[in-house]
Amino acid sequence: MNENNKGVLISVNGPVVVAAGLKGAKMYDLVKVGEEHLFGEIIELERDNTTIQVYEETAGIRPGEPVESTFEPLSVELGPGLIGQIFDGIQRPLEAVQDQAGDFITRGIEVPSLDREKKWDFEPKVEKGQEVSAGDVLGQVQESTTIAHKVMVPPNISGKVKSVEKGSFTIEETVAIIENEEGKEVPIAMLQRWPVRSPRPFKRKLAPSEPLVTGQRVIDTFFPITKGGVACIPGPFGSGKTVVQHQLAKWSDADIIVFVGCGERGNEMTDVLMEFPELIDPYTNEPLMKRTVLIANTSNMPVAAREASVYTGITIAEYYRDMGYKVALMADSTSRWAEALREISGRLEEMPGDEGFPAYLGTRIASFYERAGRVECLAQEDRQGSLSVIGAVSPPGGDLSEPVTQNTLRVVQVFWGLEDRLAYKRHFPAINWLISYSLYINNLEEYWEKSVAPDLSAYRTEALRLLQQESELEEIVRLVGMESLSFRERFVLEVARMIREDFLQQSAFHEMDTFSSQKKQYLILKAILIYHKEGEKGLEKGLSLRDLLSIPARERIGRAKYIQEEELESLEKIFDDIQEQISEKTRGEVESNV
Amino acid sequence: MFKEYTTVTEIAGPLLTIEQIEDAQYMEIVEIELGGGERRRGQVLMTSKDKALVQVFEGTEGIGIGSTKVKFLGRVMELPVSSDILGRVFSGSGVPIDDGPEIIPEARLNINGNPINPVARDYPTDFIQTGVSAIDGLNTLVRGQKLPIFSGSGLPHSRLAAQIARQAKVLGREEKFAVVFAALGITFEESNYFISELRNTGAIERSILFVNLADDPAVERIITPKLALTAAEYLAFDLDMQVLVVLTDMTNYCEALREISAARREVPGRRGYPGYLYTDLATMYERAGRIKGRAGSITQIPILTMPEDDKTHPIPDLTGYITEGQIIVSRELSRKGIYPPIDVLPSLSRLRDKGIGKDRTREDHPDVASQLFAAYARGREAAELATILGEASLTDEDQIFMRFSEAFEKRFVLQGEYENRDIEDTLTIGWNLLRMIPRGELKRIRDEYLDRYYEEEGKKVEAQVTHQEENE
Repeated sequence: MNENNKGVLISVNGPVVVAAGLKGAKMYDLVKVGEEHLFGEIIELERDNTTIQVYEETAGIRPGEPVESTFEPLSVELGPGLIGQIFDGIQRPLEAVQDQAGDFITRGIEVPSLDREKKWDFEPKVEKGQEVSAGDVLGQVQESTTIAHKVMVPPNISGKVKSVEKGSFTIEETVAIIENEEGKEVPIAMLQRWPVRSPRPFKRKLAPSEPLVTGQRVIDTFFPITKGGVACIPGPFGSGKTVVQHQLAKWSDADIIVFVGCGERGNEMTDVLMEFPELIDPYTNEPLMKRTVLIANTSNMPVAAREASVYTGITIAEYYRDMGYKVALMADSTSRWAEALREISGRLEEMPGDEGFPAYLGTRIASFYERAGRVECLAQEDRQGSLSVIGAVSPPGGDLSEPVTQNTLRVVQVFWGLEDRLAYKRHFPAINWLISYSLYINNLEEYWEKSVAPDLSAYRTEALRLLQQESELEEIVRLVGMESLSFRERFVLEVARMIREDFLQQSAFHEMDTFSSQKKQYLILKAILIYHKEGEKGLEKGLSLRDLLSIPARERIGRAKYIQEEELESLEKIFDDIQEQISEKTRGEVESNV
Repeated sequence: MFKEYTTVTEIAGPLLTIEQIEDAQYMEIVEIELGGGERRRGQVLMTSKDKALVQVFEGTEGIGIGSTKVKFLGRVMELPVSSDILGRVFSGSGVPIDDGPEIIPEARLNINGNPINPVARDYPTDFIQTGVSAIDGLNTLVRGQKLPIFSGSGLPHSRLAAQIARQAKVLGREEKFAVVFAALGITFEESNYFISELRNTGAIERSILFVNLADDPAVERIITPKLALTAAEYLAFDLDMQVLVVLTDMTNYCEALREISAARREVPGRRGYPGYLYTDLATMYERAGRIKGRAGSITQIPILTMPEDDKTHPIPDLTGYITEGQIIVSRELSRKGIYPPIDVLPSLSRLRDKGIGKDRTREDHPDVASQLFAAYARGREAAELATILGEASLTDEDQIFMRFSEAFEKRFVLQGEYENRDIEDTLTIGWNLLRMIPRGELKRIRDEYLDRYYEEEGKKVEAQVTHQEENE
């Protein structure tokens, strides 16, 4: 590198350093700081001075050390070999880091993001002479058993295929040559780069129409998210955010999962790392790891890299979306990312907004979530992909009025409000049914009618109404006691309890309960509501509450969640049993009156 | 040798500004010599071309402009270690204060440590039996976990921590065990209680103590937990020991951090604490864990007193977001005379589910724990209702649950300070309590376990327990 490009450090303040004399520096360019070549990114330019956020620990660094610019913005490497990997916030593969540095992450480690040695079998999908434009699939390699990795024409390139070769290649070798309009030959390798802070292009956005099925009853039936949708899940600590995120990563019917552990616990990432290769994806019968990319920047890893980690994750997710896959990204937790922004902003002595967060917090959050969506991919062919984003938020003290939650709520369509009060009662997932919402219901009604059951939507509304009524009745009980309620109302309380305990509560750790198909969800809910309907009729005919609570079918509803997916027919029988058992009681009642 | 500077230009709170120097390292250690010859130490907080901002661990009292000499030592803060550090007592800045010999170091370790690579971590699954039912049964501690105790002033958190340190063991194994204790701004009495507990049980030889008392300089507290954790890492990952780290009281640490932040005129986050409090706490708490291929482990029990018993205060709040659960000590239970006054409902051990069950504790443990929680929660709710409306207004079922929750506090949570219950005892007590509830209501327990423990073994176990109670 040219000597002239070198600058000199003039001050160090935690992760923020200032260099002087760095010629030709541009905003967001990647730089190498100090003798140890620590990675950093330019975040402010002022005359001769360049302010840099450093992605690694800066203890021991002193003014006078050299600084070099790479003249490239922070980018990720895209190509086969991403799946099944675990990267840090700036896409260094942690396994390779371990090979080089040992069990602890030291400084100044430089390892390529993707394996340069490994050969992949490239299968061309175009022919010589064919006209191609940006996004068109040149060929594919089988990246994992379930994922065919499409090698696409990079954005901004189009022309005629001059040559394309079938065979075994490393990611840096040329697999095709495209002659562009000016007659220039552009070699294409499987390895491509993309700057993390710019969204990848697509043709147009489409309205969401299909649910992202998660196997979680409270989510799929009550507050569903769509493929290409955005959801947030705020909650105080201990309310089970991470478990919900893990459940979604495990059971969502997406093709690719990108899981960003942003400023969270090291052991949680280890948990994912140890569990995912073992767990079997119910949709493909392959280990979950074969569709997962992990980004781990735990809370004790440098704060600036934490800021970058969500962008690294979403760029990789967009890349697979562009291939036409259904991708879901989980970020746990976006609050830690916002705090990283705040920390850097504080060191820059910027004017603070709410609670010390920078004034641009809202814009950053909005532009991050806007990278989600169902899109028509950039290509001549008709190809659609989707990227759903689910962000955990960790509001201080569980107070949802804080800036990160508020700014997030402004852009997301689904809100799963977690509550510690529910968690203390071990009601998991601790999603409060009264405050949560999903704005996708209208988009999904048609799908439900066609693919699940025509009356699902009606049952859903009915169940939510009963739960609402429960909270009103509980208020009355608290004021004047149970006696003031009619039998009908007491029965509502019992049914609402069943909805809560037998339907909403779902154990992530129970082998049968952890995943519920949409069919099963529907059947359980229907059973409870039929019980309610029949029970009300029974009450009218003079049955007591005790009679209704004692029918054997009721206990069977309670155990329905543990029924295996293959034995769901036994659930359908329960509808008749309920009717029969209640009318039997009614007959008994009538006879005894006679 | 190192150059000495006499160019201190500004002193504010615990901070010194020194000018006309050669480039100082960020976080470099400095030695400060006062006019009278007294030496103090400090650390560089910000460095630029010819100027550095230094925090003085022992405070700036008596430091003057002009008379003070400052020397930059060319390295960041290090802890000299060797296997001789076991059994020793150090000050909050790592100087031996027990009249023992100087440590002849085998290595000098950077006290800031390095993050464990998540790939290298081994997931904690070894059940630690603490002998405390409320912990073992419901909020199980596992090896490599960081499980804080959230307490309030005047509550017996020290006694509980000492009991855990005394009784903790992993079933069926004999291993090298060590305790690292860091006193952060606590009183002499509190610290002395802990030390004498360790002494009485002979554990002192396997312990290292770092003591910064309430009347020691507050700024020194900033480095005390880092020294303790560096020592712990050395014991765990170089000497293969199972290390339990007790840090008390983290609230004092955070306050010292706030003091420095205020002196630097930083933009404050919530309640005046610096915006980087989360990151700062995380770099310490995350130093707990296990590493694949290494025998040792670090389990952390930080103790913090919640200002005004408020769990949403930034210190407990941020701690809870980092640690793997929390044990909450409740004033209400303590007033009822229950020791240990652990409120199990808001308490939580995130690593419990992987540490209990078949082959670890007992097959029925997860279901029993889940059911005890649910039943206790329902009973407490019923009890609340009863205080407003009177017991008569409760349904029969709710009355059962209410009686259950009372019995739960008196028989399950309550135990002696020197009573060491093994996990079988804890589960037996749990089942005895669950038998107060009709079987149909026990939805969280699988039928096979109900058949086995609720019905059949019921009588036998009951007899044993009555026998035990008679003995007491």
